[in-house]
Amino acid sequence: MGDLQIKKQPTNYDVVIVGSGAGGGMAAYVLANAGLKVCLLEAGPIFDPAKNSSQLKNPWDSPRRGASTKHRPFGDFDASYWGWEIDGEPYTKEEGTQWDWWRARMLGGRTNHWGRISLRFGPKDFKRKSIDGLGDDWPIGYEDIKPYYDKIDQLIGVFGTNEGLENDPDGYFLPPPRPRLHELMIKNGATSSGVKVIPSRLSILTKKINDSRGACFFCAQCNRSCQVYGDFSSSSVLVKPAIATGNVEVVPNAMAREVMTDKEGKATGVAYINKIDNLEYQVNGKVVILAASACETSRIMLNSKSARHPNGLANSSDVVGRYLHDSTGADLGGVLPTLMGRKRYNEDGVGGMHIYSPWWLDNKKLDFPRGYHIEYWGGMSQPSYGFGMGMQDMNGKYLVNGKQKEAGGYGASLKEDQRFFYGASVGMAGRGEAIAYRTNYCEIDPNVVDKYGIPVLKFNVKWSDHEIKQAKHMKETFKEIMHNMGAIVTWGGDDGPENNYGLHSPGKIIHEAGTARMGNDPKNSALNKWNQAHDCKNLFVVDGAAFVSQADKNITWTILALSMRASEYIIDQLKKQNI
Amino acid sequence: MDRRKSLKAIALGTLSTGILLDACKEADKKTTADTAPAAIGLGPDRMEEEKAYLVKLNAEKFFNDHELATITILGDIIIPKDEVSGSASDAKVTDFIEFIVKDMPEHQIPMRGGLRWLDLQCLKQFEKAFIDCSETQRIAMVDQIAYPAKAKPEMAQGVSFFNLVRDLVCTGFYTSEIGVKDIGYQGNKPNQYNGIPDDVLKQYKLAYTEKELKECISFNV
Repeated sequence: MGDLQIKKQPTNYDVVIVGSGAGGGMAAYVLANAGLKVCLLEAGPIFDPAKNSSQLKNPWDSPRRGASTKHRPFGDFDASYWGWEIDGEPYTKEEGTQWDWWRARMLGGRTNHWGRISLRFGPKDFKRKSIDGLGDDWPIGYEDIKPYYDKIDQLIGVFGTNEGLENDPDGYFLPPPRPRLHELMIKNGATSSGVKVIPSRLSILTKKINDSRGACFFCAQCNRSCQVYGDFSSSSVLVKPAIATGNVEVVPNAMAREVMTDKEGKATGVAYINKIDNLEYQVNGKVVILAASACETSRIMLNSKSARHPNGLANSSDVVGRYLHDSTGADLGGVLPTLMGRKRYNEDGVGGMHIYSPWWLDNKKLDFPRGYHIEYWGGMSQPSYGFGMGMQDMNGKYLVNGKQKEAGGYGASLKEDQRFFYGASVGMAGRGEAIAYRTNYCEIDPNVVDKYGIPVLKFNVKWSDHEIKQAKHMKETFKEIMHNMGAIVTWGGDDGPENNYGLHSPGKIIHEAGTARMGNDPKNSALNKWNQAHDCKNLFVVDGAAFVSQADKNITWTILALSMRASEYIIDQLKKQNI
Repeated sequence: MDRRKSLKAIALGTLSTGILLDACKEADKKTTADTAPAAIGLGPDRMEEEKAYLVKLNAEKFFNDHELATITILGDIIIPKDEVSGSASDAKVTDFIEFIVKDMPEHQIPMRGGLRWLDLQCLKQFEKAFIDCSETQRIAMVDQIAYPAKAKPEMAQGVSFFNLVRDLVCTGFYTSEIGVKDIGYQGNKPNQYNGIPDDVLKQYKLAYTEKELKECISFNV
């Protein structure tokens, strides 16, 4: 390869953003609307839900009937390009540790397929160290971020109800959909165990909010992305209107290599490889914003070494890559005999649960420090690969239309069984807060590069007893709720200490955060309270990396709020010529 | 108002795209019993890497004709035509199984070996391969492996094989157009969700609370 050269983009942008998910999309939206010239780098191809969604396809439209592949780990209709593995882009793990890393390579990233669970952090979530002595407090409080949550509720749209809960703040909500049949039964079962159940809070438009997006038409397929933009994806709700300002240039298939810096250590732009023409490029900007996902962002920072940043960009604190944590997760499911042989009707509803349980207990009275919320599912959903399997474990156990049958079988009797059991399943999942530890981290693997020659991440993460005890509590709670409902647990019920009570390995819940955390002290944080690097004034990080802790709430709504807040700060600081 | 008209009303009332009108056109079309795997381009959204992988899979053939014939006969024993719906072969389940074992190679050895196990058992008991047996003989064979709890220990491998075939046939059938109609799934169409129907609430002696009725979205339909 004798002609290797670096192509330098002639435009000097105001801002170069790496990543187009929730954080990058919001930054592009705010900055472009303020008139700044933005270059948005995305490692995957262009994706527009209006054109690319697999919404309203039938199971037989997929030759694998919706089964998953390495290209689509959540199924053939799901709207995430890639997931746990990407051809040519490995990552490694320290022996004896676990981390599963989800990477969506596409415009809008994971927001195209996410669960739309849109929860505000509460006042306590920013001050956990003051409460239980673990981890660290954030340098900001709820009052700092509340105005941004308020704006985002109204800009993007979220349904829910104002319940006046201390740590699950009220917001600007669209009306939620009515609970489904199994959800009413869950509500009764949970309530009798003292578990609070309220309408879910999802960023789905039960009512139209503007002329550029349609209202939800209740197909239950938000994970496929929405052709009428009836739910929140960064691609449709932020990047598309940002492009319409004329101030954003999107560069798809651009895999960021490193942030370039000058002699003074200030960021000057980003070096990337174009995956299509395989050529090397550099693009310059007055400000660089990283939003490539928590781990990918820390990878870029650690790979951007220079004389002024010998430990990786903006990493004099040595916290970049550290404090990596995911939500905890444990699940359980079964069947509800009262729903067997049920009447058929369309109960699709929105693409997710209509009810959920916010954390309802006081950890001071428990043997673990942080809480979890509960998500629920069940009912008559669209058949896909896996449907009707395992009948030999069902039809000998329960009377079918009053008849005792021999397990297994075939023929007309088996068809009767399939009809009888359809729609009777029910399940629940806990999603909780893990403690962020300095000793849980990702670093650059000294021996491995990806196919573009970029050094890859090596993970070193372990759960502590706090998370394991929390999972134990989840399972005990779920069993009690199932029992109260008259449901029978068919999976996830026989966990014990040998498998951490079914606690998923870290990374599996796909809420990674903490790898370039903010703080007031530059010695133990990478960013200040404005998501701005302590060591590099014109570098900002607006994805989950900036988080000090992640609460028992899905982190997207807070990524959006912090990104909007940081973007307004950037506009202000550029005006004042401080950066 | 009939369903098609109400869909059009939703589309014109709340949306600015053609998607729902397309869905209405779809509903106007006479449906056929065709459940053949979707060709590339007509199925779900695909990125380039997925297209290349599908081209590769579709160029391969895994089962031989004897194996395919055996699967088809087993399929129709497992899911025969009844008063509600057609059979596994009506729903082209064999085509699905040929595809899925290429897509999920972990099924290949259990299927190939299981089919051979079945033929050898039939050869021992009836001196014929499974497909050459009489219907009575085939059922006699299947009865020995279709009921895990009462099958003889020496039939254990056959039980495992039949469990796998039952799984693949059922999943192939109930994800076909015929099977989805049989099972009675009524969603996957644009609608205005109004909660649980009144008669169902009554059947289960449940009711929405006043708070739910006040706060939740409802539609006049």
